[in-house]
Amino acid sequence: MQSLPRRLGVAVVVAVIVVFLSIKLNTFRDYQIAEIAVEVTAVAGLTMLTGLSGQISLGNGAFMAIGAYTTALLLLHLSWPFIAVLVLAGAVTAAAGAIFGVAAARLRGPYLAGATLMLGVALPSIAYAYQSIFGGDQGLNVAFTTPGFLGANFPLTRWQAWVSALVALITLVLLANLSYSRIGRNWRAVRDDDVAAALDGVNVAAARILAFVVSATCAGLAGALLAIVTGLVAPGAFTITLSIALLTAAVIGGLGSLPGAVWGSLVIVLVPTYVTDVATSHGLSSSVGSNIPVAAYGAVLILVMLVFPQGIQGGLRRLLTLFTGPGPKTRTWHTAPTPPETSSADQAQASHHEKEGTS
Amino acid sequence: MKRPNRLRWQAAAIATVAALGVAACSSSSSSSSSPSSGSSSAALTASAPGITSTTITIGSHQPLTGPAAPGYDEIAPASAAYFAYVNANGGVYGRKIIYKYLNDAYDPTTTASVVRQLVLQDNVYAIFNGLGTPTHLAVVSFLNSEKVPDMFVASGCECWNDPTTYPETFGWQLDYVREGKILGQYVKQHFAGKKVAYFYQDDEFGMDGVKGLEDEIPASMVVSKQSYVDTNVNIAPQVAALRASGAQVVVSFSIPAFTALLKLNSLKLGFNPQLVVSNVGSDPITLSGLLESFAKQGGATVNGNALTNGIITDDYLPSAGDTTNSWVQLFTKVHNQYDAKAPLDGNMFYGMAAAYTFVQAMLKAGRNPTRADLTSAVEGGLPQGPMIAPFAYSSSDHLGATGAFIGVIKNGVEVQQGPIQVTDTSATGAITTYTGTEQQAPASGIPSP
Repeated sequence: MQSLPRRLGVAVVVAVIVVFLSIKLNTFRDYQIAEIAVEVTAVAGLTMLTGLSGQISLGNGAFMAIGAYTTALLLLHLSWPFIAVLVLAGAVTAAAGAIFGVAAARLRGPYLAGATLMLGVALPSIAYAYQSIFGGDQGLNVAFTTPGFLGANFPLTRWQAWVSALVALITLVLLANLSYSRIGRNWRAVRDDDVAAALDGVNVAAARILAFVVSATCAGLAGALLAIVTGLVAPGAFTITLSIALLTAAVIGGLGSLPGAVWGSLVIVLVPTYVTDVATSHGLSSSVGSNIPVAAYGAVLILVMLVFPQGIQGGLRRLLTLFTGPGPKTRTWHTAPTPPETSSADQAQASHHEKEGTS
Repeated sequence: MKRPNRLRWQAAAIATVAALGVAACSSSSSSSSSPSSGSSSAALTASAPGITSTTITIGSHQPLTGPAAPGYDEIAPASAAYFAYVNANGGVYGRKIIYKYLNDAYDPTTTASVVRQLVLQDNVYAIFNGLGTPTHLAVVSFLNSEKVPDMFVASGCECWNDPTTYPETFGWQLDYVREGKILGQYVKQHFAGKKVAYFYQDDEFGMDGVKGLEDEIPASMVVSKQSYVDTNVNIAPQVAALRASGAQVVVSFSIPAFTALLKLNSLKLGFNPQLVVSNVGSDPITLSGLLESFAKQGGATVNGNALTNGIITDDYLPSAGDTTNSWVQLFTKVHNQYDAKAPLDGNMFYGMAAAYTFVQAMLKAGRNPTRADLTSAVEGGLPQGPMIAPFAYSSSDHLGATGAFIGVIKNGVEVQQGPIQVTDTSATGAITTYTGTEQQAPASGIPSP
C-alpha cells in the first residue's frame, strides 16, 4: 500500500464488511466487533511504538484508563456530544503520553519496561484514592444511546460496533500514513541505531517522545471506546493484565505491522470466548474449564512465536511468498539489510514489498 | 540489525512470561448445564425467551477465578446440583432447568461482557444469582433495559432495592444494612465500654455494612475505620493502624480471602482483638482452608479451625453444621448425590437455598410464564423456604431476607447464639425478635407452587 487513496480504499472496503457482518450476525457478535475494534485501536498504537520506534510499553492500559475516565466524566457531568468527548479524551492522553514520554525517552529496554510497568500498576489506583470523583472500585456508569435518526429499534450494540470500528479504521489509516512519512522513517532510524540517526540529523529524543504521544493517544481513544461499549469505567478493567494483553496482541500479530494489530486483536478477543464454548460443550468441570481460556491464550502465544516468529502477519507474508514462487526473501525485520547475494533487482522488489507489507 | 531483534525477543519474552504468570492465577469463563431431554406436555409452550416446551435456560456471572473465587466458586456448582435434583424429579412443570454460569473473575468489565453473551447470544430467560456488588452494578442497567428478570443477586447491597429504576432486579440474601444493624446491636450490648474498629471493603458492600453498624454503635466507641480494595492483598498498613488504635473489637465487612488476611496479619503483629465478621466473609470451612493455604504460602503452618474459633458472625440461613435441621438434611442429600467433591459448607448451602427460592418463584410464575410473570410472582411475595426469617418482597420492596441470628464459630462450626432478629433498613427502625416459626423442608425436596 503506497498511497493515501489506496489506504482509504481498503478502509472503506473493511468498513462495508463490518457493517454487513454487524447486520448479519447476532447482537452479541456486534458487541464482540466493538470489543475487537477497541483492542485494534490500542494495539495499533502500541505496535507503532514498539515495532517502529523500538520502545516497549507495559503501561498502555493506564493510558486507556485516562481516556476512559475522561470520557466517563465528560459524558456524566457535561453531557458533551461523543465526537467532542473522543477528541478531548485523545488530547488528554496525548498530554499524559508526552509527559511520560519525556521520562521514557531517557530509558532503554528493561528499564523502560520497568518504568512503564510502574505506570500501568500505579495509575489505575488513583481511582481508589479519589472515590468521590472516580467512583472507587465501582467506577462510573456511562450512558450511551443510539442517535434518534436510526429509530427506536436499532440495536445499541450495533451502533457501538459501528462507532468503534469507524474510530479504529480512521486510526489505522492515520497510523499507516504516519508510518510511511518522514516521522515513521525517523522512528525506524532511531530504533535501528540511535547514534547513526542522530548523526543524520534526526532528533532522537523528539522522535521517541512523539512515538509515545502517538501510542498514548491511540490508547486514549481505545479507552474512550471501551467506556461507551461496556457502559462502565472501573479500575478493575485497567489492571496490568490489560497492558500485557495489548503487548501480547501486538507480538502475536507481528510487531510493527498494522494488519498484525488486527490479527492480534482478533486472537485476544475471540480465542477466550471460543475456548470457553468448547470447554462448556465438553462438560469440563468448572475449576478446569475456567482456567482453560488463559492456558489457551498462553499456548497460542508460544505457538505463534515458534511457528511464526514474525507474528501472524509475518507468517502470512511468508506463506504468500511460498505461493508466489521464489520472490523476494522474506524480511526478518522492516529494515533488515538485504543479504549481499541478493541482486539489485531483488533489492528494489524487496523494498517495494516492504511497503506492500502493511496493506 | 541486532537491536531490533533483541528488542523483539525482549518484548516476546516479557509478554510470554507475564502471560504465563497471569495464567497461573486468573482467567475467564466456565459453565455447566443440565441434561435437556425429558417429558414434554402439549400444554407447555415457548412462552418467553429462554423457555421452550422442555427447558428453561438461565444464566449467571460468578467469580470462578480471581480474588473472590475462594469459597464463592462453590456457589454456582451447588445451585446447579439443586437444579439437577429438581430436573431428575420432574423439573418445573416438566421443564428442565439449564443453568449456564460464566466466569467474570470478579472484574466488572468481564461481567459486562459475559452477561451480554448470556442475554444476547444464549437468550437466557433470566439472570440468576449474579455474584458481587461491583460486578453486578456493571450490568444492572443493561439487564433492566433488556427487560431480563434479574433474580436474587448474590450481594446484600441495598442498591438492588430500586423498583422504579430497576423493576427487574431483586436481592435475596440479608442486605448489608440490616446485617450491620444486627451485628452492631450485638456489639453495643456485649462489648460496652470497649474500643471498636471497623475493617471493610471499599465499595457499596463495606459501606452499606458500616452504615448499618453506625446506626447502632455509638460513634464514641469507634476508634478506627480501615478499608481495603479487593485487588490489593497487602493489608499490612491497615492492620497496623487497627493495632495502633488499640481496638479490642474489630468488626469486619470483608470477603473470605480478606477475613483470612486480616486474621493472619493480626497474628503477625501479635494483635488479637475479638473479630466480628459479616456473614459474607465468615464461612468457617472456607475460612479455615484459606487461613491454612495463605499461611503455607508464607512458609508457616497454622490450624485453620483453631484460628476461626470464637469469631462472632451472623446468619440468615440455618447453620450448615446443624445436622438436625430439615434443610441441612435435604441439601446434604442433594449435595452428596450431585456435587460431592468436598463437605457441604456455608457457600454450597447458600447456592442451593438460592436455587430453591428460584424454583419456588418459577413454580409461582405459572406453567407458561413470560418474563413479566416471574417478576410479578416475586413481587407478590414468596414463602421463606430455607431462610430463617421472611422475605421482604413486594411491589415496593425488592430486598430479600429480613432477619438473622448471631452465631459464634466453635471448632469449625457456626453455633447459634440467641434468638432470630428482624429489622428494616432505616436508621431508626427497631430490631425485634422474630416470633414466627421457621419453615420445614418439604419431603420431596421441591417447593410446591
